Amino acid sequence: MSVHLPSAPHAHASDSVPRIMGLVLLAVAPATLYGIVLFGWPALNLFLVTILTCLLGEAVCLRLAGRAVRPFLLDGSALLTGVLLALSLPPWAPWWIGAIGGFFAIVVGKQVFGGIGQNLFNPAMLARVALLVSFPVEMTLWLEPRPPFSGAAPGFLEGLAITFGGIPDIDAVSGATILGHVRTELGMARELGQILPGHYGAGTAALGWTGGSLGETSDLLILIGGLWLLWRRVFTWHVPVALLATVLVLAAGFNWLNPERFAGPAVHLLSGGLMLGAFFIATDPVTSPTTKLGQLIFGAGCGVLVYVIRTWGGYPEGVAFAVVLMNAATPLIDHYVRPRIYGRTWRGQSRPVPERARRPPAGSGGTE
Amino acid sequence: MKLFNFWGGVHPAGQKHLSADQPIQVLPMPARLHVPLQQHTGRSAVPVVKVGQIVRKGELLGRAQGGVSASVHAPTSGVVAAIGDFAAPHVSGLPLPTITLESDGEDLWLEREPPPDPFTLEPEDIAARIGEAGIVGMGGANFPAALKLGKARQAKVHTLAVNGAECEPYMTCDDRLMRERAEQIVDGVRLMLHALQAPNAVIAIEDNKPEAVARMKAACQSERQMRVAMVPSRYPAGSAKQLIQILTGLETPAGGRGTDTGVLVHNVGTAYAVHRALRHAHPLISRIVTVTGGAVARPQNLEAPIGALVEDLLAFCGGVAETPARLLMGGPMMGQPLPGTQVPIVKGTNGILALTAAEARLEATPSPCIRCGRCVEACPMGLMPLEMSKRARHDDLDGALDFGLIDCISCGSCAYACPSRIPLVQYFEYAKGALETRQRAEQKAKETRRLLEQRQARLAREERAKAEAAARRRAEKRQAKAKAGAAA
Repeated sequence: MSVHLPSAPHAHASDSVPRIMGLVLLAVAPATLYGIVLFGWPALNLFLVTILTCLLGEAVCLRLAGRAVRPFLLDGSALLTGVLLALSLPPWAPWWIGAIGGFFAIVVGKQVFGGIGQNLFNPAMLARVALLVSFPVEMTLWLEPRPPFSGAAPGFLEGLAITFGGIPDIDAVSGATILGHVRTELGMARELGQILPGHYGAGTAALGWTGGSLGETSDLLILIGGLWLLWRRVFTWHVPVALLATVLVLAAGFNWLNPERFAGPAVHLLSGGLMLGAFFIATDPVTSPTTKLGQLIFGAGCGVLVYVIRTWGGYPEGVAFAVVLMNAATPLIDHYVRPRIYGRTWRGQSRPVPERARRPPAGSGGTE
Repeated sequence: MKLFNFWGGVHPAGQKHLSADQPIQVLPMPARLHVPLQQHTGRSAVPVVKVGQIVRKGELLGRAQGGVSASVHAPTSGVVAAIGDFAAPHVSGLPLPTITLESDGEDLWLEREPPPDPFTLEPEDIAARIGEAGIVGMGGANFPAALKLGKARQAKVHTLAVNGAECEPYMTCDDRLMRERAEQIVDGVRLMLHALQAPNAVIAIEDNKPEAVARMKAACQSERQMRVAMVPSRYPAGSAKQLIQILTGLETPAGGRGTDTGVLVHNVGTAYAVHRALRHAHPLISRIVTVTGGAVARPQNLEAPIGALVEDLLAFCGGVAETPARLLMGGPMMGQPLPGTQVPIVKGTNGILALTAAEARLEATPSPCIRCGRCVEACPMGLMPLEMSKRARHDDLDGALDFGLIDCISCGSCAYACPSRIPLVQYFEYAKGALETRQRAEQKAKETRRLLEQRQARLAREERAKAEAAARRRAEKRQAKAKAGAAA
């Protein structure tokens, strides 16, 4: 009888990388569909262009590197990068934004580092940052929701024209996100009490009936997807909770100090890409710390940066910057934040058993 | 009693139902037994029989030698057919000195005096008898039990933790033993407490074995010193370090012993063997072995003589229904692949596991680490397996050490949890081997340096002595000359 002689263990959990990627894709599907419905055909076109270029970029790089193309292409990671990048783009952005972004994410963000698991930065967020810096006009083109069959919705051909030919009358469709609007108005020395009413409603913001990136608008659907992933133990609560709690505390604190200058926690939590970032971006295992404490630090760091960028930085939104900056800090966090080893002190010395602790277990035979 | 938590751990599918409900069957005595002289930690036993010699069941075949060693005895009566190398139950399949015994079919015991009441014996004598019976840790540690008891008594342990956790999936030999021979186990525990001079015993059983818990509770009801603790079913709850943590909340200090916490851990099978040795003067010549796995026709527990071939056990269980993808000695988490079925079972063999390809999930191949941290979460020792393996892979031993390589207990929880199917344990075993090689080389270099220095010192000393002698001779000559001159 011939048998293999590999090393233990010979039992394995059913988890696999493609399965994890698949679960995340499934969890983000409702928000994706909602975004596509909300912004119509141009959004779908952009979405497809982005993921196709990501897959193409992955295949080309794998081929160039002489690695097996099929298993890596099918592990779902490039697809997920594409989806997350598309979700973070303005829904009516031209096709080349998606194409450049997709290629950048996969080639520069991932494959240059050595492919899956090796990248320092979240590829989707790195690409988004690069696009925002390079093409500020196209990357800040926001519009009000216009679902299909509503009067303002473009048809299929019109959608193709918008994606591949450009928007005929930009000024007629573009608006500002709530965060952008607040920033502009605050810059003109107006107060939040005057700015927010009429522009911001917590309910519509939560449901996602608002302008914004393709997939970031519906906090409710994102939250449901994120909680489902938590329940399926794809990731743990540490990063999202630390991130959201930090923003909540900072927003609440500053709002309490000066409500006319600093927007409250509801505005911050329910606007922009915060929810999407907290559950689907910052939780990227490759680019976040591996220990629980490290993840708490990472999440809190993202939260602080998001708030600081939104409130005092040059951009109205800061999730992508915050995540990329904290990605850079991840190796450092992982170097210093380690679990305590069993039988050792935090410093790694052998941990003696205190003499008084050497007693029979409570409630065991002899002590009764 | 109050229990504590241990870190990490995983929940592999138990699969114990395959064999847990069949009563223990006695394996019919095979025609030939192959008893290795080394079935334990420490030095090999020295054969005390000659080829052609007729031996009785229980007769000494090999005597323990040196500080850490264990004797081996004849599992049945018959003729010593050979003393020589035979394939060991080890992945390498390398041969070990083995005594081959041809059974005469009589199974006649060696005549012995009935043992005295063990409670009239001194603790040292109990330990000595346990040693003479060749008892080693039956949970797989294979450390001579008498030595462990003696050291623990010196360390003044207060509690004997009797390990019936049996956290390895598929394995049910301890479960069946507890269900069927609870009184004998309890008697063994009582005897070990006497040998230890310790006041308490806690019998720890995972809560997936309610029948065993009930039987053991009933058996030790009148024993004031003993308690049964139901511990959560989470691998590796049955690892000594983790079991101590569950029972006391204390950690075995790094580089220290479990007894530093005041607790000594012994397997239920060991307790049973102690009972047999002290009440019936029976040395350790048989054990309960779980023969199981999807590839086995009739999984069950067998009471098999030491030295029976894996082949014999499998045949008794109806053979393999399909060619196993994995043939292991032990459970799927820490079991060792066997080189074939022509190897004997030994004192530490708790199971023979024949897994199908589907059970072993062979279809998956390793892929790159995605740093998901599941290994960190699963590690019961608080290590970062992903960082350790990264360093071990690149022969960065110091880096791997920095992340706690020497604290790794090779339980396999990390590799079980890894979605990328990285053979983490294999990397760690490799690194531990490389570390040992390096330490040996360092030791050798140190020794060489010491010898060289000694030699240089000796040469210098000789040189000096020579020079002094020459000077002395010159002085004497001069003196003699001077004397002669004066005389003239």
